[in-house]
Amino acid sequence: MHKVFKIRGKISKKLYLLIGISSFLLIILLWTIVTGLGLVEPMFLPSPLKVTENFVETVQNGQLLNNAGISIYRIVMGFLLAVIFGVPIGILVGTFKAVEAFIRPLCEFIRYMPVPAFVPLVMVWSGIGEGAKIIIVFLGTFFQLVLMIADDAMSVPDDLLNSSYTLGAKRWTAIRKVLLPSMAPRMMETLRMTIGWAWTYLVVAELVASSSGLGYSILKAQRFFQTEAIFVGILTIGVIGLITDRLFALLIKVMFPWDERNG
Amino acid sequence: MSKSILEDQTGMPLEANMASNKIIARHIFKDYRTKKKEVRALQDINIEIQDNEFVCIVGPSGCGKSTLLKILAGLDFPTAGEILLNGKTIVGPGEDRGMVFQSYTLFPWMTVEENIKFGLKLRKISAGEIQKIVDSYLKKIHLEEFRKSYPKELSGGMKQRVAIARALANSPEVLLMDEPFGALDPHTKEQMQLLLREIWEVEKPTIVFITHDIDEAIFLANKVYVMSTNPGEIAEEEGIYLPFRREVEMKDSQQFIRLRKKINRILYSDDMTAN
Repeated sequence: MHKVFKIRGKISKKLYLLIGISSFLLIILLWTIVTGLGLVEPMFLPSPLKVTENFVETVQNGQLLNNAGISIYRIVMGFLLAVIFGVPIGILVGTFKAVEAFIRPLCEFIRYMPVPAFVPLVMVWSGIGEGAKIIIVFLGTFFQLVLMIADDAMSVPDDLLNSSYTLGAKRWTAIRKVLLPSMAPRMMETLRMTIGWAWTYLVVAELVASSSGLGYSILKAQRFFQTEAIFVGILTIGVIGLITDRLFALLIKVMFPWDERNG
Repeated sequence: MSKSILEDQTGMPLEANMASNKIIARHIFKDYRTKKKEVRALQDINIEIQDNEFVCIVGPSGCGKSTLLKILAGLDFPTAGEILLNGKTIVGPGEDRGMVFQSYTLFPWMTVEENIKFGLKLRKISAGEIQKIVDSYLKKIHLEEFRKSYPKELSGGMKQRVAIARALANSPEVLLMDEPFGALDPHTKEQMQLLLREIWEVEKPTIVFITHDIDEAIFLANKVYVMSTNPGEIAEEEGIYLPFRREVEMKDSQQFIRLRKKINRILYSDDMTAN
């Protein structure tokens, strides 16, 4: 015990995993006890069993996978769009002061505008079709992404670029062969973080203007007081998020074995 | 004009060296404007570096020696004055002036071998030729078995050895070195000094080496420029007439100690009077 609680002390991977799993189990246990003893109305907090039943049912009738599928599609499209435009612009902002002067103040301004406030506007512009949701995800991630990618580009040490010049690299070579590979791991970390935020904005869009998707399924469940379906919706989003994050982490480990921070 | 230093040890004709001034810096000034005032970093710097010469510029931190080297590299520009490389004004960085930095600047996504290849691959040299050059430098820096390693697997001393090889493989006109051993422990530092001097004794690249370590400067150089601070200017030019083949024991020789004392006095005489 004394060792485990040493300030900034290390613990084994196995112990770490064990403690991690135990926190999940603890919550499920508390949840089971509270609902089992009938301490809370099932309408407010359904039992884990009910939630599991709903999960199995919606998986079997295809609703859950359908909704998850359409939500993932929207996330991927909106996020890809943000990456396709945001990454090159971000790199330019982080590399050329003139581009920065043009883009950064604008981005700083826009990113303080709450994305949910844009939902009605987007609906006016593009109705409630697929485009609207993709645009919301795009708006939510694009401006943040530009600024964060710019920071990634700026984090490349001057001396790394300077060395390449003294080895004969010209501007374009320095960007292609030094700046891009050097910033790549940080950039992937940025993407990993931003795709998490994309879910927030997607659910906002689906809550307001949709007839499909996980956000919509949550809203619909609320209308019919199907609290367990709300739980299933939220948990599903959580699990998809967790899987995405782990995949990104794995990808980063595989792509950048040379990175200092990469064990 | 100082007597040619090389002539003493190599018996090369005096004129051959005199004629080949590789770098000439004339009346270099560098001013910085901060919010409050104008700061003079460099004042009227005049230096001459000959072909195949190993020159050290020694001075306390903040004397502007790194700025001077950056200007030689073309990575910074003087407020006034002129610098010539082989008679041509320096307008920017280029492969003719290789540089080794104090900070570790190996490309971390490239192996040791790929790092050394970087400059060569930017030029029209055949793959076979490149490999030959890389192999010979890997041997010189004793890192043949690390050719496939990434920089993160190397110690600080090894990283700097690769950085030196990377710069020299490009066969630059001048090798500029900005306190390359400043972050290394004393033992590794001495090893690196020996290795660098050894490489110089064999290949005779023209080197300009910045340091605040007086011993390092004397041990490595044929000529030492001593810089004083506030504003940064050349206080003294000192020829080092130690034997051509340098060995660590020389640091205890009478000649070495005399030089150390002399440069120390030039650098820190102001402190003495102030105290």
